[in-house]
Amino acid sequence: MMHFLLLLSRQGKLRLQKWFTPVTEREKKKVIREMTLMVLACPPRSCNFLLWRDLKIVYKRYASLYFCCGLGDQDNELLTLEVLQRYVELLDQYFGNVCELDIIFNFEKAYFILDEFLVGGEILETSKTVVGIAMEEAETLQEVTHTHSHLSVTHLPKYLNMFLLFSQQTMEEYMSKPTY
Amino acid sequence: MPAPIRLRELIRTIRTARTQAEEREMIQKECAAIRSSFREEDNTYRCRNVAKLLYMHMLGYPAHFGQLECLKLIASQKFTDKRIGYLGAMLLLDERQDVHLLMTNCIKNDLNHSTQYVQGLALCTLGCMGSSEMCRDLAGEVEKLLKTSNSYLRKKAALCAVHVIRKVPELMEMFLPATKNLLSEKNHGVLHTSVVLLTEMCERSPDMLLHFRKVWLLVPQLVRILKNLIMSGYSPEHDVSGISDPFLQVRILRLLRILGRSDDDSSEAMNDILAQVATNTETSKNVGNAILYETVLTIMDIKSESGLRVLAINILGRFLLNNDKNIRYVALTSLLKTVQTDHNAVQRHRSTIVDCLKDLDVSIKRRAMELSFALVNGNNIRGMMKELLYFLDSCDPEFKADCASGVFLAAEKYAPSKRWHIDTIMRVLTTAGSYVRDDSVPNLIQLITNSVEMHAYTVQRLYKALLDDISQQPLVQVSSWCIGEYGDLLVSGQCEEEEPIQVTEDEVLDVLEGLLVSNLSTPVTRGYSLTAIMKLSTRFSSVNRIKKVVSIYGSSIDVELQQRAVEYNALFKKYDHMRSALLERMPIMEKTASNGPTEIVQTNGETEPSVPDTKLPPLITQPANQANDLLDLLGGNDVVPVIQTTLPTKPASAGGELLDLLGDLSLSGGPAPAPSVPISQPPFLLDGLSSQPLFNDISAAIPPMTAYNKNGLKIEFTFERANPNPNIAVITIHATNTTEADMTEFVFQAAVPKTFQLQLLSPSSNIVPALNQGSVTQVIRVLNPQKQQLRMRVKLTYTHKGSPVQDLAEVNNFPPQSWQ
Repeated sequence: MMHFLLLLSRQGKLRLQKWFTPVTEREKKKVIREMTLMVLACPPRSCNFLLWRDLKIVYKRYASLYFCCGLGDQDNELLTLEVLQRYVELLDQYFGNVCELDIIFNFEKAYFILDEFLVGGEILETSKTVVGIAMEEAETLQEVTHTHSHLSVTHLPKYLNMFLLFSQQTMEEYMSKPTY
Repeated sequence: MPAPIRLRELIRTIRTARTQAEEREMIQKECAAIRSSFREEDNTYRCRNVAKLLYMHMLGYPAHFGQLECLKLIASQKFTDKRIGYLGAMLLLDERQDVHLLMTNCIKNDLNHSTQYVQGLALCTLGCMGSSEMCRDLAGEVEKLLKTSNSYLRKKAALCAVHVIRKVPELMEMFLPATKNLLSEKNHGVLHTSVVLLTEMCERSPDMLLHFRKVWLLVPQLVRILKNLIMSGYSPEHDVSGISDPFLQVRILRLLRILGRSDDDSSEAMNDILAQVATNTETSKNVGNAILYETVLTIMDIKSESGLRVLAINILGRFLLNNDKNIRYVALTSLLKTVQTDHNAVQRHRSTIVDCLKDLDVSIKRRAMELSFALVNGNNIRGMMKELLYFLDSCDPEFKADCASGVFLAAEKYAPSKRWHIDTIMRVLTTAGSYVRDDSVPNLIQLITNSVEMHAYTVQRLYKALLDDISQQPLVQVSSWCIGEYGDLLVSGQCEEEEPIQVTEDEVLDVLEGLLVSNLSTPVTRGYSLTAIMKLSTRFSSVNRIKKVVSIYGSSIDVELQQRAVEYNALFKKYDHMRSALLERMPIMEKTASNGPTEIVQTNGETEPSVPDTKLPPLITQPANQANDLLDLLGGNDVVPVIQTTLPTKPASAGGELLDLLGDLSLSGGPAPAPSVPISQPPFLLDGLSSQPLFNDISAAIPPMTAYNKNGLKIEFTFERANPNPNIAVITIHATNTTEADMTEFVFQAAVPKTFQLQLLSPSSNIVPALNQGSVTQVIRVLNPQKQQLRMRVKLTYTHKGSPVQDLAEVNNFPPQSWQ
């Protein structure tokens, strides 16, 4: 099983943390610090696998984000690279040309997507489409707190978006579609 | 109060902060606002506030005051609230806090909610962070959901069940019926999670595993599913680079591995499909290789036929040549796992593996190093060692310690010649001397001592190394020990192996004294060199210089050095007659099992357990008294090392009394972890194992005997053969006392003739109670390789009714079976 999944920026800022085992706050900070040091220090074309304590660490860099996870010793490292790839694809499917900014401003969505893909450190769903549909349907259940303008709809995934594509969105446009 | 600012607005604002202090200020301000909003019990904006809190938490700021708010959100009717509430619970709460238990009821309600997405939230949260109590409470609900026809819920319930089982293994049984039908689902999500659930059950319960194998006939089912996956056409939903649902394929392979392990029938049933996957999987992309990797692991772990195993190793061989670093790494890891069982097959890839030592990647280098050591054998030792030493020279410091240890181990096992062995050690010490593990020092000393014909060569080379560099402590320690031991060979220029060098006594003493004063020397090293200098007093003629050095250090600030110096001084002054005997050449040492039962038995009480190698002084003082006594026993050589019981002593070729005192320099307490076969006497390794039942009954074959019976003290010997070495007799003495007064300070000593070796272990106590109320037992081990008649001289000392008693006796009435 996966023990944790971290998304770290190139500057070492945490963008997402998912822990699948009970860990104290202090320990979490420690692990994050160590992962940051380890992963950011790796030279560009090195092996994506490291050994740390009793875990296998698999990391992959996508644009400005490092995806870093800790595995148990029975887990298949090569497959985990595919798992990370799949998660990025799910994010991309949802946000459309996903970039770090998307994950910063919509971190809760990143978590929701993750929860449709992994539970308890194991893969929940192997189909991209199914995850997409789940996100979309759940979205429809979300009540909007305040509407700013007639353009305020809840954030819809790319292929259902009748409005502007997010990749062309500016900061203002992000702001105009709040749920919270 | 105005509406709290929106989440995205907050994020944007915080990101404009230019310094950490500015950010902290903003955060504190917002936290204050959020706190007051919480206090007002505002339902409308709770969700927004918690969301903001979660963002700030991710930045590293404390957010514990939001925990209860998360619970309130979970209890809310609104989906948006629940979603953030559960997310907050997963991020802020954990099972260490009692607060989390308050969630249980909410989760229970949500598990029965009419909306599947709410149920999903509850299942997900429970499955990620549920504590054992929560799991116990809610397992029933989860089990119910495992039986639903809604695949969205079923797959989540399955993973939730996995978590429950991990937390509360006893609950496994209750999920069994519901699990039965899971594999007949078409839905890949359900299939995948079912396989995970089955895997978890199999791993935790061997009974379950058997049940699945025999009753459920799980293997054919899985084989069928896997086959369908591979044979089925393109399915866009599950396709990854041309492969259909690789995640499911890998999970099935993993479960097959567990089912096929140590079971011939199951292994046979999966042979075909494994061969099919191994040969047909597309290898151009990582995903294909991931499947192949899992397949190889499965093939190697089950009872596969040899053809399949060869196929697997060949796949690994191809992996080794792959451009992709990750695949090479994975290949090395797998080969390491299989090198024990399929040694020859892996040997074929040796040259590729050795090449990986030169890879730039750290992970690959480490794996390659481990694997290389595993591949070293008698045939390839010279070549491999060359590569490994080259690696040692050039590798990063993080590898040096492990590499050095590995080289020593391999050299000990397979050294083609003594000289090669010593050269190799020298090479390691000079190139990676400071990284060598501390326990290598005693091992090396032992090795050097036992290579009698190489003494001159060794000491010469070590001396030269010392002249070059005194910074590497292990090297310095070994060198000073050798110089102390073989200094006479050094100055007499006796080396045959290479050009002897001309060294004078003064030069040698200069070097050793230099070590004492150098800043580079650690206290341990200083101890070594002081002792070495002392030993040279019997080998060199310039005794006065040595006396002077020793007396100077009598006032050293370092307590250890001071003690040594003072005692050596005493040796010069009061015990000068003993000095030559004490400082004599070391005997060949028996190599004992460095770990395992022998150690445990022998260090029972007597040896100072955590004694560093050089704990010399106390041993000198204590046996000082006994020294005289022991000298009286038999002209024979073996004496009783009452204090230190790690090794029996063999008579030195020089003859004369042997006192083990200086032996402790390298041998006491130090648990040398090298589990290698001993050089001189294999049996001792195994003896340790059988010496466990040491204080047990008599071996039926050999009758007990009374060895001594005088003045109320009776000593009985009981015998046991040390298995499997028939040359070793294990004798247990039982001392009993028929008088009305206790015999206190009871010490039993024994000596045997030259051809025997004796080892005395620690006594059970040193008071023999009066009136046969108890006995003192002690174990003697006698090695009798020449099967001569066993004779023993014993010496007993004790205090009886206030006055000391001492007696000597000969024991000749050993039953023939004890020595034949």
